Amino acid sequence: MSATRVQLISPRTLRLLSPGRSALFLPGGGGPHRGGGVPGFRSLIFPSLSSSFSSPGRALSSLSTTRRGLPKTKMSDNGTMTRGKVLTIDNMNPTVKKVEYAVRGPIVQRAVELEKELSEGRKKPFAEVIKANIGDAQAMGQQPITFFRQVLALCSYPELLSDSTFPEDAKSRACRILNSCGGNSMGAYSASQGIGSVRQDVARYIERRDGGVPCEPDNIYLTTGASDGIVTMLKLLVCGEGATRTGVMISIPQYPLYSAALAELSAVQINYYLNEEKCWSLDIGELQRALDEARLHCNPRALCIINPGNPTGQVQSRECIEDVIRFAAKERLFLMADEVYQDNVYAEGCQFHSFKKVLFEMGPEYSETVELASFHSTSKCYMGECGFRGGYMEIINMDDDVKDQLTKLLSVRLCSPVPGQALMDLVVNPPQPGEPSYERFIKERTATLSALAEKARLTEQVLNTVEGIRCNPVQGAMYSFPRITIPEKAIQEAKKLGQQPDMFYCMKMLEETGICLVPGSGFGQREGTYHFRMTILPPTDKLKILLNNVKEFHQRFTQQYS
Amino acid sequence: MSQQAVNGVSCRGKVLTVENMNPNVKRVEYAVRGPIVQRAVQIEKELREGVKKPFTEVIKANIGDAQAMGQRPITFFRQVLVLCSYPELLEDNKFPEDAKKRARRILDACGGHSIGAYSASQGIECIRQDVARYIERRDGGIPSNPDNIYLSTGASDAIVTILKLLVCGEGRDRTGVMISIPQYPLYSAALADLAAVQINYYLDEDNCWSLNVAELKRALNEAKQHCKPRVLCIINPGNPTGQVQSRQCIEDVIQFAKEEHLFLMADEVYQDNVYAEGCKFHSFKKVLFEMGPEYSSTVEMASFHSTSKCYMGECGFRGGYMEVINMDPEVKAQLTKLVSVRLCPPVPGQALLDLVVNPPQPDEPSYTLFTKERTAVLATLAEKARLTEEIFNEVPGITCNPVQGAMYTFPRITLPQKAIDKAKAEGKVPDMFYCMKLLEEEGICLVPGSGFGQKDGTFHFRMTILPPTEKLKVVLQKIRDFHLRFTNEFS
Repeated sequence: MSATRVQLISPRTLRLLSPGRSALFLPGGGGPHRGGGVPGFRSLIFPSLSSSFSSPGRALSSLSTTRRGLPKTKMSDNGTMTRGKVLTIDNMNPTVKKVEYAVRGPIVQRAVELEKELSEGRKKPFAEVIKANIGDAQAMGQQPITFFRQVLALCSYPELLSDSTFPEDAKSRACRILNSCGGNSMGAYSASQGIGSVRQDVARYIERRDGGVPCEPDNIYLTTGASDGIVTMLKLLVCGEGATRTGVMISIPQYPLYSAALAELSAVQINYYLNEEKCWSLDIGELQRALDEARLHCNPRALCIINPGNPTGQVQSRECIEDVIRFAAKERLFLMADEVYQDNVYAEGCQFHSFKKVLFEMGPEYSETVELASFHSTSKCYMGECGFRGGYMEIINMDDDVKDQLTKLLSVRLCSPVPGQALMDLVVNPPQPGEPSYERFIKERTATLSALAEKARLTEQVLNTVEGIRCNPVQGAMYSFPRITIPEKAIQEAKKLGQQPDMFYCMKMLEETGICLVPGSGFGQREGTYHFRMTILPPTDKLKILLNNVKEFHQRFTQQYS
Repeated sequence: MSQQAVNGVSCRGKVLTVENMNPNVKRVEYAVRGPIVQRAVQIEKELREGVKKPFTEVIKANIGDAQAMGQRPITFFRQVLVLCSYPELLEDNKFPEDAKKRARRILDACGGHSIGAYSASQGIECIRQDVARYIERRDGGIPSNPDNIYLSTGASDAIVTILKLLVCGEGRDRTGVMISIPQYPLYSAALADLAAVQINYYLDEDNCWSLNVAELKRALNEAKQHCKPRVLCIINPGNPTGQVQSRQCIEDVIQFAKEEHLFLMADEVYQDNVYAEGCKFHSFKKVLFEMGPEYSSTVEMASFHSTSKCYMGECGFRGGYMEVINMDPEVKAQLTKLVSVRLCPPVPGQALLDLVVNPPQPDEPSYTLFTKERTAVLATLAEKARLTEEIFNEVPGITCNPVQGAMYTFPRITLPQKAIDKAKAEGKVPDMFYCMKLLEEEGICLVPGSGFGQKDGTFHFRMTILPPTEKLKVVLQKIRDFHLRFTNEFS
């Protein structure tokens, strides 16, 4: 046994000594995907999860495995110790181990546990857990758009097409979708690239959105949420070994899907920092710095932009987008524009500009050369239909042979979920003036977006009244990413527990108030700064209470550690 | 144009080209939706545009897509789905009470009572409980823990995820994965994508595509020379080969996996599709547990199921689950983390899966209709399986094993030497040449055997048995005529 133990521990020790790639980019090693804790704390707080993510805690959990008695029969075979599991933490895919996804990380698992405890009648200082960790509008009580669900109902159960309670425009949309499904049923596989008529509707939507810049349905791929499209594009781009390995530039703070996908693909993550002092704006000088440094050890090939920003809520100016496109052209980078929050723009003077539109307005020198993929989804904006996993990507200037490879790659998974494709169709082809559902649709859409704008304003305002919390305006998207001042004593305490200070802060807030946030370390932040991400999605009244609880917690926390 | 402008020299091409893209992706092949299907789509377009062809429609018998072939969805399933999509209808007295009850239960388990919310990444908890209870009923009471159930985006998603966990090492230490030949090409595609080593074991065509442990042993021993075999994949009932494994054979496989220290992956998406007299579906889980604790507490296994096949054929919803058994708890935590990055499988697909594992019960109002629909679909499939075998075996140059289960026939075809030469001259695999010609002349889209793998020098195609009986008869007749014509032409 002891021999096994040594084997178990040594690779981990090694890993602690050389904490991996991210350290190269984040001075001090506070990497965005190393937000996790260390054995002591984890096993203390969640014994059942002592085997949790990332390397630390492994020796402990292998103990608990034995305690649970799983490998009982191990010793029985002819008296000698038999081989352990085929698949263990030590011989599994090492790139999977490096994956971290804070939005559903340990803090959310603890939140789920707390909910369970509450439902079992355990006493807590709060009556419910509020999951402000994720942009999940309908979970927060937002109602679906009636028209969308009517069409989905008709598509799911076409018998209702003869039901007079459904409006005619919903019926005509449903018929159009069903007619382009195999066997007129959503239960058939679609083409791997997505249903033809839906892709046509997407193309027309993009043309309208971009003031007539043409869009080719053949360049549209329907996806399983935007995440699927993003990971697929990254997968195409990754090649090379050592100093020629593909590098991908992502913003810090970033949405951790990117770091997770890069870890899994063993691509090199190149961090460029957004400027918190200037409302999280993107600065070309910083892009250049990051790129030049990265060129020393990898082959930078892609630049990812999230606009409006997640988690940081900034909306890029047209000029900034032009600069980015020029930079990409000059440095020969493939552009990936994550535009899933394109309808979520609240701040006065801000406007959403699609990368595609700006690219084409810059003239053929750019529009005929710069390779771009842009992503959209049914999960955000005013619809918030996350559960359907609908999305699309548009690719521009992609090499024809590569496009064939992309189509082939997608075909292996057969198709994206057809109900999500149907929903995507409605998002890009909503009721028009003159159609019976138009008024109600507009009313619902406007109500959601104006409530979001109000909540964006409220969040910024309230958080900025708290000493030790500083918050940029939430210009767009669905999150606030305030900077928090954590007293030195608390930092020390966190370090003792082997935790990032903001993880310590958020975990304490969860235990005391039931509010579930994601620590800034899960998204990446400048060394020595601390943040959290909070959605602005709770209903206004609830949001007010939530903000007040955050405020009180912060004051208590600051007091306690001063 | 502007490219040339930059300081006068011819400019660099695209950032992303087929030369500098991910080489693993280039190696991926997926014949089920390969070039022949692309041509079929083109031909459909040409037909719509009025181009004259020797046929009036393209029949896509390349893929197990039941509803595209006209199979009707199970009424109860769609009723519950519509109630979940548009809960206003819960007040509508057109819908039966049991459908409403199922819908309410699903909605109550969704965030904000809406299928528009993300679910837990592992899947909605009450659905995982229902899946566990279904497995227990199916396996005669062998316990199933909902914590071991992961809902997925179709079975494909889960299969790729488990393979991904298992791949590591470099050179001779690279993970090897044993797959049957013929195989379902998701496996070879995923292995190419993951740069894992594919280890082929051949099914015995002369014994109704049965699996032989000696052949497993041979393949394993040869593979050990150049990689590290860690996984054994089984598809039962078989795709594309339609065999149903005997209980004895499953025991042998489990014993082999234990001896050789292999992780077992059991693809059981056709578990309700068993037609042949004397054949029965045995789940790997059940057999594993009946072999006693020496096996049931050690052999690591993942088994896969889906909403796309069986009697429901709801492919478009991308519902599925996997059950993991004896998985190391730390690896399980990694698995949970990995699936969380994609947030969750589509919730409508999860809801559908719930109905598959928890269909109407004898005392519920929808039971009679449900049972009637289910039985009708399965009985028709059994009839079509029989019919297909019978007709093909009458054609000189086509031999066909019985379709014991699943949804395909994989007949062996004799190709004249002249045709083989002609194909080679065109740079085509002979059975691709054959299938392409069939498509052009008859409008029938099949997948050549080479897309699934076959013993060298043998040729096959895969055809679904899903077209409605009358249409299937026409298809079989056309293939027969084509085959005779083809043989004649190249003799």
